[in-house]
Amino acid sequence: MTGWDALDRFLDVDPEDVGCEKAMALLHIYVELVRADPETATERYAGVEAHLRACGPCGEDFEGLLSAVSAEQRQNVV
Amino acid sequence: MSYLPREELSFQEPVAAPAPGRDPARAPVRILAVRCATPAPDRPTSTDEKLDRESAEWLRSLAGAGAPKEAAVARLHELLLKVARAEVNRRRSRLRLAGPELDDLAHQAAADSLMAITGKLDDFRGESRFTTWAYKFVILEVSTKIGRHFWRHPTVAMGAEDWERLPDRFGLDPAGKAEWQDLIAALRRAVDDVLSDHQRRIFVAIVIAGVPVESLALELASNRNAIYKTMFDARRKIRAELAAKGYLDTRTATVRHG
Repeated sequence: MTGWDALDRFLDVDPEDVGCEKAMALLHIYVELVRADPETATERYAGVEAHLRACGPCGEDFEGLLSAVSAEQRQNVV
Repeated sequence: MSYLPREELSFQEPVAAPAPGRDPARAPVRILAVRCATPAPDRPTSTDEKLDRESAEWLRSLAGAGAPKEAAVARLHELLLKVARAEVNRRRSRLRLAGPELDDLAHQAAADSLMAITGKLDDFRGESRFTTWAYKFVILEVSTKIGRHFWRHPTVAMGAEDWERLPDRFGLDPAGKAEWQDLIAALRRAVDDVLSDHQRRIFVAIVIAGVPVESLALELASNRNAIYKTMFDARRKIRAELAAKGYLDTRTATVRHG
């Protein structure tokens, strides 16, 4: 990837991006849906997905919550 | 489980209620005992009806009184602390924190999120399991506390403008120095020409100085969403300017330059 490619990717914005506040308000619902049915999660929450791809801090929170829920459910299975 | 239809989601719409767990002004407290909100006597039955058994039990216990409530609060705190510890551990490679500090941060996040959760039980609408909803609070608390910690040991000054660091930020090949110089010059011109003072300040702090968004929000007494919105608009304006000048394609990510 050239520097211009990297810059273009960074500057590109997705009009479906819902922003931090809405993404965080829906995060618990989105995380459970991602675990249960990733395709439906993408379809129903395209704006949340677009945001989590673009926003580092929210993406980090998503990974954290997904990890916590996955760990809990693994323990419940054992 | 209920969902918002896609058409209800838009970045441009104003949202009145802040995300749960975000209250930078509140000092961290390390306690176990909390005063829970008085349960609403007429909690909507629609919420009750769609709750799974475990979530309903959490709500009943936490909104109740006496020993069952105390036991539920203690159990919830234990779970939140476990999640907080796992989360700070997951992020530790990117933090300048040692073991005891990490554990202290986890304790503070667990205590603060416990207070927030027990004060907002009426906000839980059964759209997820109760514990998933509760874990969101502690994850967000960990984020906020890590952001606050940045300013105790800042690695950069907020207004630092070392544009030569830009290649590192984008992970560019050190061999392509000629390309960088061109890129840096074009980007810097666009930043100076099209951004407002506020947008420029935010852009420089995040992109050039490398200040974390959460830390910047705390420093400016703002919030993550407002900072992101400013950056969103700044990115759009800079891209349009670079496209107008022929550096970037107007419709796709295909690069014309070079």
